[in-house]
Amino acid sequence: MKQLNYIKLEFPARSVNEGFARAAAAAFAAQMDPTMEELGDVKTAVSEAVTNAIVHAYPDTVGTVQMRLRLLDGNTLEIMVRDRGRGIPDVKKAMEPMFSTGGEERSGMGFTIMGSFMDSLRVRSAVDRGTTVTMSKRIRAKGS
Amino acid sequence: MKVLSSYQAGKLTLFLKGELDHHEAAAALRKISRTMDDYLPRECVIDMGGLTFMDSSGIALILKISKLVGETGGRAWVENAKSQPLKVIDASGIDRIIKVTTGAEQ
Ligand SMILES: Nc1ncnc2c1ncn2[C@@H]1O[C@H](COP(=O)(O)OP(=O)(O)OP(=O)(O)O)[C@@H](O)[C@H]1O
Ligand SMILES: [Mg+2]
Repeated sequence: MKQLNYIKLEFPARSVNEGFARAAAAAFAAQMDPTMEELGDVKTAVSEAVTNAIVHAYPDTVGTVQMRLRLLDGNTLEIMVRDRGRGIPDVKKAMEPMFSTGGEERSGMGFTIMGSFMDSLRVRSAVDRGTTVTMSKRIRAKGS
Repeated sequence: MKVLSSYQAGKLTLFLKGELDHHEAAAALRKISRTMDDYLPRECVIDMGGLTFMDSSGIALILKISKLVGETGGRAWVENAKSQPLKVIDASGIDRIIKVTTGAEQ
């Protein structure tokens, strides 16, 4: 699909940046004229992916998180969130609802929410090399 | 985000305001735990009328509140959830474990 516009962001894996990442994604998506619901879906999916990179990827260090948003042909928004952290040993298992290595303050629902709020979700990960989450969603033109 | 509370006749109401994410959740839980220890409520209403955004961190928080109030034999539920938090709650399936009502405006 043809790329019409993009932004790239990089920030340290600190929780204070979660709200910023959501706001940046919402601001980029605004050019696609989304509904309030679509905007909420995008913010939620970004929050989940970025929070995972912050919470799980770097247990002992503050690494960096990269986020790329692309506007593709056909009013499709693609979101990529990447870390260079510990990676996921078993991606299929990690994506199952309620699976979590995060203890009581996590619910294990992050990937499930990303999958249900976006049209597509792809997770690529290698142990000790990092994780890349790519999601896309077609934004329907308002009033059509 | 902000957590305000009111207590009357065994019922504690927690008013959540703003955005609830991982960054905000730890401080919110500390405050809520203290409030629950003070009152040991029989019922705990999580009022989400002022909550404009929530992600899975909110699901864990709801479950934790439910567990805390359950320890003393009480129960918790969610009221006034707006569309985005409600959609996250629906996707998580916790509305099978805990009662959830929506805002009247929807
Ligand atoms: N970027 C990442 N790096 C390393 N491990 C990850 C990453 N993202 C997810 N994981 C692993 O996958 C599991 C499932 O992730 P998911 O987001 O579904 O749930 P969670 O983060 O544990 O809980 P929740 O998202 O509900 O707060 C995590 O517990 C963690 O073990
Ligand atoms: Mg998660």
